[in-house]
Amino acid sequence: MKYLCLVYLDKENWSAVPDAECADCGQGLRSRGLLLAAEPLHPVETAATVRVRNGAVSVTDGPFAETKEQLAGFYLIDARDLNDAIQVAAKIPPARKGSVEVRPVRELNP
Amino acid sequence: MAVIDPVLETVNTVYESESRRVLATLIRLLGDFDSAEEALHDAFRAALEQWPREGIPKNPRAWLVSAGRFKAIDAMRRLKRFDSLDDGSSNPDLAVTDTAAWADEESVEDDRLRLIFTCCHPALAPEAQIALTLREVCGLTTEEIARAFLTPAPTLAQRIVRAKAKIRDAKIPYEVPSRGDLASRLDAVLRVIYLVFNEGYAASSGASLTRSDLSGEAIRLGRLLVDLLPEPEAIGLLALMLLHEARRAARTSPSGELILLENQDRSVWNRALIEEGARLVERALESRRFGPYTIQAAIAGVHAEARTAEDTDWGEIVGLYDVLWRMDPSPVIELNRAVAVAMRAGPASGLELVERILARGDLKDYRFAHAARAELCRRLGKLTDARQSFERALALTKQEPERRFIERRLAELR
Repeated sequence: MKYLCLVYLDKENWSAVPDAECADCGQGLRSRGLLLAAEPLHPVETAATVRVRNGAVSVTDGPFAETKEQLAGFYLIDARDLNDAIQVAAKIPPARKGSVEVRPVRELNP
Repeated sequence: MAVIDPVLETVNTVYESESRRVLATLIRLLGDFDSAEEALHDAFRAALEQWPREGIPKNPRAWLVSAGRFKAIDAMRRLKRFDSLDDGSSNPDLAVTDTAAWADEESVEDDRLRLIFTCCHPALAPEAQIALTLREVCGLTTEEIARAFLTPAPTLAQRIVRAKAKIRDAKIPYEVPSRGDLASRLDAVLRVIYLVFNEGYAASSGASLTRSDLSGEAIRLGRLLVDLLPEPEAIGLLALMLLHEARRAARTSPSGELILLENQDRSVWNRALIEEGARLVERALESRRFGPYTIQAAIAGVHAEARTAEDTDWGEIVGLYDVLWRMDPSPVIELNRAVAVAMRAGPASGLELVERILARGDLKDYRFAHAARAELCRRLGKLTDARQSFERALALTKQEPERRFIERRLAELR
């Protein structure tokens, strides 16, 4: 099963975890065959939100919702079940500063 | 075209047959469920990498245990670099160097028992015991267990996380209980197995295939327990489950309607399961240390041996209920005995007993008590009383096939 672990952090903690530690975590998961992809994100100020309405493209700054914690990165993992995925998520370093949301990946049914 | 890789296939087969054993031993060696599960994953991954090159080891189980243990030591060393919280409190048994000591048949089978007793430890809530047993001992995924128990997966996952934390924090020992504690601890294990069985059995209707799989899982667990620890009550419980399972195909009509024992087509009962169950009942009874599960199995055995409902030896069944009631004087057993008395000596004598139980108020919210009274009143032609009790039973039932059954009965009385 694939799971997407979404890392959320608030502004104060955005850089609280050193990159080296995150790189090491990613490397560890990759070498154990658990990691499919992982990337950190720039802060929400850099975000552009795209919508298409009646064929017209509109772009706005940032996400609308003003939440304290913002999406800071993601890990796409391959785990046996939800508890194994939770175990991986608990080891993602920013879990100690912010939160990690674990979501099962859905198969498309075209 | 998919090319079938013979090594991959072997690894999958070994995973099927050995992963639970390897896990049970790794938990003992590493002293922790989470580390052991990670080590199990890593060991099988190492097998996928190394077996194609080096060939399949003579003893795959010992190889996997050894690889898992090695990977775990490696992971702990790596963790130390960052984890400042590490207080060195976990003190896994890493000093073991004698491979024979951790993978020989006897200690591995002991580990499986340790795992069962730990998952069913009385310090854990019953639903946590069930979830943990199904996941760790049977190897079901969190999502499979959640589907079977109609529970959201995150709720179930949380139950498992908390149970493991409880085992760690309360320092629940990973061991088979001593002789003195064995009876009560075994009771907890048997209760978990029987709850899993009933969850699958009571819910057997056309649309709930995954739930009937639970009964199969419980029977597998029961067999494992009898192999590892052939105590009379473990044997009795396995017999009871097999004798019930034997009737599964006859219990519901193709449209999912409930069929009472007396109306079931006995030719579709599974004879092989009945014979196996009967042999196990004999074996448990011979021990002279049997308990309530064995007696219930013996009762199920009397039903199973009757070629027609009319052939049922109700005298024998009443006698067995007497024995059962002396072991466990509960009102539910008294009720079942009353129904057997009605079958032996006529509805009037059964009704008298049922009404005495209801008058005490013990079973006033138990749907089967009202259904039993209703049925006996119906047979005696007391139709108003029958209707009242069926209505009471209907109000108390939450199960769809049961509801339809009672509604049919009520319609017949109108």
